[in-house]
Amino acid sequence: MYDVIIIGAGVAGSCSARELSRYQVHACVLEKEEDVCCGTSKANSAIVHAGYDAAEGSLMAKLNVQGNEMMEALSEELDFPFKRCGSLVVCLAEEELPGLYALYDRGVKNGVKDMKVIVDKEEIHKLEPNLTDEVAGVLYAPTAGIVCPFNLNIAMAENAYVNGVEFQFDTEVQEIKRIDGGWELITNKGAFQARYVVNAAGVYADKFHNMVSEKKIHITPRRGDYCLLDKKAGSHVSHTVFALPGKFGKGVLVSPTVHGNLLVGPTAIDIEDKESTATTREGLDELISKAGMNVKNLPMRQVITSFAGLRAHEDGHEFLIGEVEGAKGFIDCAGIESPGLTSAPAIGKMVAEILREKMDLQPKEDFQAGRKGILDPETLSLEERNALIKENPAYGNIICRCEMITEGEILDAIHRPLGAKSLDGVKRRTRAGMGRCQAGFCSPRTMEILARECGMSMFDITKSGGDSKLVAGTNKDRI
Amino acid sequence: MKSYDIVIIGGGPAGLAAAVSARKEGVGSILILERDKELGGILNQCIHNGFGLHTFKEELTGPEYAGRFIDQVTELGIEYKLHTMVMDIREDKLVTAMNREEGMFQIKAGAVILAMGCRERSRGALNIPGYRPAGIYSAGTAQRLVNMEGFMPGREVVILGSGDIGLIMARRMTLEGAKVKVVAELMPYSGGLKRNIVQCLDDYGIPLKLSHTVVNIKGKERLEGITLAQVDAKGKPIPGTEEEYTCDTLLLSVGLIPENELSDGMGIDMNPVTSGPKVNERMETNIEGVFACGNVLHVHDLVDFVSEEAAVAGRNAARYVKGENGQGSGHKIVLNPVQGVRYTVPCTIDPEKMDDTQIVRFRVGNVYKKCTIGVYFDEERVMSRKRQVVAPGEMEEIKLERTKLLQYPNLKTITIKIEEA
Repeated sequence: MYDVIIIGAGVAGSCSARELSRYQVHACVLEKEEDVCCGTSKANSAIVHAGYDAAEGSLMAKLNVQGNEMMEALSEELDFPFKRCGSLVVCLAEEELPGLYALYDRGVKNGVKDMKVIVDKEEIHKLEPNLTDEVAGVLYAPTAGIVCPFNLNIAMAENAYVNGVEFQFDTEVQEIKRIDGGWELITNKGAFQARYVVNAAGVYADKFHNMVSEKKIHITPRRGDYCLLDKKAGSHVSHTVFALPGKFGKGVLVSPTVHGNLLVGPTAIDIEDKESTATTREGLDELISKAGMNVKNLPMRQVITSFAGLRAHEDGHEFLIGEVEGAKGFIDCAGIESPGLTSAPAIGKMVAEILREKMDLQPKEDFQAGRKGILDPETLSLEERNALIKENPAYGNIICRCEMITEGEILDAIHRPLGAKSLDGVKRRTRAGMGRCQAGFCSPRTMEILARECGMSMFDITKSGGDSKLVAGTNKDRI
Repeated sequence: MKSYDIVIIGGGPAGLAAAVSARKEGVGSILILERDKELGGILNQCIHNGFGLHTFKEELTGPEYAGRFIDQVTELGIEYKLHTMVMDIREDKLVTAMNREEGMFQIKAGAVILAMGCRERSRGALNIPGYRPAGIYSAGTAQRLVNMEGFMPGREVVILGSGDIGLIMARRMTLEGAKVKVVAELMPYSGGLKRNIVQCLDDYGIPLKLSHTVVNIKGKERLEGITLAQVDAKGKPIPGTEEEYTCDTLLLSVGLIPENELSDGMGIDMNPVTSGPKVNERMETNIEGVFACGNVLHVHDLVDFVSEEAAVAGRNAARYVKGENGQGSGHKIVLNPVQGVRYTVPCTIDPEKMDDTQIVRFRVGNVYKKCTIGVYFDEERVMSRKRQVVAPGEMEEIKLERTKLLQYPNLKTITIKIEEA
């Protein structure tokens, strides 16, 4: 029997696992997909919010500001990309300026530092030249930032794993039963028992909560469609640009990404199907029509891909973190929607603290707080790079031409703890295939490397696990 | 640091032909840098025939056509490096490249010939809604899997886009045992060569649906089906025309984009229509001694014309490094594509520096029947060619004679247009 089982290896589950791994504990993460970071955590705005949005006094507000404050040190400790680029909330009509000041006031109450409302157009355009000429004012929050959502999640999971937390992939929890001294989780891979369960199941967290509690919760998958633009458009804005909800509707954000692309989105469409990450024509059209409201001359012809993610919107619009009433030992980590990514490090701390207290956990003496990410050769000097290639020639072999990713980086992604097993796994870890040709060139090569390194047949290589196989057979095999 | 008179970026058909012609012009120090494991570029995966009708007066396969040039490169003792990625080219022609053996290294070039080719447009650029499952390939990626590695990407195929690679792959997938259900084309005309439509679709009974596009993609893990719809004159799907197709594979042949990241990096002036560099009569860019040819310059239909154009670039690069470029007259005539003509290569001509005959290549923006290609020296109509049909999928050309241009010492603009009856 495990001390703790965490359901879900998204960012909330992985941060919880990492913080828990500071203690002497026998823990395991169950994930229904083939890799970490496969649900909500992989498809979102990648924003580290300042914290003026959430209602005053809410858990969301508290964890948002805490998470934001933790992010920088954490990004150094665990080696994932983070940039404090600042954000601007754009107000387009003078009569709506009170809305901007209301956000400012809420931010102050939430503990957000250094915010400023700017109404001087010249000053605004100096800060962000491509903002629309219609701008009436902005709320500037310098503490906001952008993060690599994949590598935040992956770094947390890797570090948890290195510190002794087990991970079971392709393992879907189907049923949860109360047993003596804990819980039994029935999965497609057999039964698992634990004294404590952490429910970090994203859009499915209501399903598991409702298995153990009479007090039902309800999570709506709220779909957000996004467009990602080429790096050529990456410096079109230098801050995350939000729209102040107003008479022109809710608007969409335009933001640089840590890797130098430009992200436009999301829509907000409530759906029923918790797996429905398909974009729709209406959604993409809405994005395109709204994108230009706050930012002028957006080069929407430079879109390299579009995608959709699901926010786990609980009816009460609040993080539900804590032991479920009447279900001793079952800890909810539910309703983790925006600002969930920002809050994740603080959520992890909070979950671990709840468990520490309940189980009287003792610190692990050999806990390794640091983690080295995949080496990016572009950060090296010419001499260092050549020394690296001499030692390992794979770093001299470019596989992804668009993002200039070497075979060395791909090998690292495959062989490191909780390594990549699929094309998307490699992509999320290294960016190979994430560039402007969208893997047209590198996918056959990455497939070959995966097959060789994992001892797999080409027929078993997948895009993202399950039935997402990439080749169906050999030439003329059905003739 | 090593230096070469001419460094050629890319060992595909353009790079090979440029190298051969530069060597024949007497330049000894030439280096080809190729990122793949062999010379020949994309021709290596084009195992169908039909190459070389113009150049060799016979029908060769892609690898055979490349082989002819690779043989010449070998016989002429031209140096090349494989598995070598060019990372950066500076305006002063300092080339930074990388491979497994030598690491990152720099080469000083007297002249640079850009011959990087093109890449395929991806699904993302089209913003097709739906899921993002496995089974969606660009036609060229599928061609590589099938023709070079022997793997079938899938069994039941829909192809979006009627570019030549898509048409060729419709036939290839059929021959290898897949069922190609339909080829859909957004435009009211095909983007491919007429002969490919006949030989690759008609001969195999594969329907071509013009003015159609994919409006939904189904299947979360592996592709399960797509929805096709007819589009209106603006390319917008018409509600009510949707048709469902079950398929496990969607191939995209929706356009090629010259691969000019290196050119952009060194500050070369680009033509927004072609997405390739602007060049003069010598295939020289705005940076002196930097030339461009082949699909990096503008996307071609026929490799024969790539070779021809690359030979011009190679010859002029040779003259440049030998200092035989001449002063020229400083007389720059601007080519002006209008009225149905989308662009021209070259963009400018110096009559003093041009060859005796200058081929000007261009594409039209629509299908025109029973039309005339009109050529104007400033206001004067000097040439006209009657055509039964011109189409965007087939590159057009006109020839300009040097002797004639020299008769117009004050000529500023050569206008090329399509004149309809």
